[in-house]
Amino acid sequence: MEIDIQKKVLEANDTEADINRMFFKDQNVFVLNMMSSPGSGKTEILCRTLAKLMPTVRVGVIVGDICTTNDADRLKVTGAKVTQINTDQFGGDCHLAAHLIIASAKQLGCKDLDLLIVENIGNLVCPAEFDIGEDARAVVLSVTEGEDKPLKYPLMFRAVDIAILNKIDLLPYLDYDAELAVDNMKQVHPHLPVFEMSAKTEEGFEPWLEWVKIKVFEKTGK
Amino acid sequence: MHEMGIAKQLVQIAIDSIPRDIENPKVEKLNLRIGRLASVVEHSLTFCFEILTKDTPLENARLDIDVVPVMVHCNSCDNGWEVTGPVFKCPFCEDGDVEMLTGREIEITSLELADELKI
Repeated sequence: MEIDIQKKVLEANDTEADINRMFFKDQNVFVLNMMSSPGSGKTEILCRTLAKLMPTVRVGVIVGDICTTNDADRLKVTGAKVTQINTDQFGGDCHLAAHLIIASAKQLGCKDLDLLIVENIGNLVCPAEFDIGEDARAVVLSVTEGEDKPLKYPLMFRAVDIAILNKIDLLPYLDYDAELAVDNMKQVHPHLPVFEMSAKTEEGFEPWLEWVKIKVFEKTGK
Repeated sequence: MHEMGIAKQLVQIAIDSIPRDIENPKVEKLNLRIGRLASVVEHSLTFCFEILTKDTPLENARLDIDVVPVMVHCNSCDNGWEVTGPVFKCPFCEDGDVEMLTGREIEITSLELADELKI
């Protein structure tokens, strides 16, 4: 006997993500999901971004890692509200699922925030598959990774709204073709805006900051 | 890498779909649709599914996966085609306003139960 089902397997997560979206709308906070492979410089980008945005833009961060609170400790120095999710308590997951986000967002208290950034677990595969109720998605690629990463992980580069090519201060010391890396991103996602920057020297940082400010304003009016 | 999470959801949906009035149900097959761009590795999913279904009505059930191609549509020139590599630029007009129609599915379409044993 065949029983008809016709269901999305990730429906439970999608439902939780929709609940999160309604919560974030009610709290009038813009939510940005930042993803990348490990070591691309997400935390350093956020440290610098928070230092420049606050206190004009009130920012909170949810940091996802399998273990340790190292990233959250670095980010707390900026004065932002930060909370850490360690997925080892939840089975060592390789991504943040929607139900984890809502608990952390409520713990942070979103009412007095304009921007909530979710620093996802370093991984170019799984986080792309899980909607967390965010307003926008960003991926960070650094020049110490292969130029062909976008071609190897097309879903991630298709699923984001913007990309950052980080650590460009290292280009003089590397055999890295930044133009090819950007071209590969555009092969996968032709109209993808790409910000080439160095979080360390802050070269190319302004366009990224402007994008964040515009997005926050568009949603919250603040 | 997240196949265990997907397998858990799969098992939950399948168990919930078995009619309550069937005694000692035994599922023979689960029919799935998985898009080529979905991040699911078939043998990892099967491996996780086997671990999770021990001593359940799903034990030894087969996963029959219908692989869904990545079909896209160009909003600029209105052409459609199947994407077979990681390149999403329109081959007809070179524009990039390309919308994905299929290829990200992770769906369970049906399950097949063994005939009830007549004693």
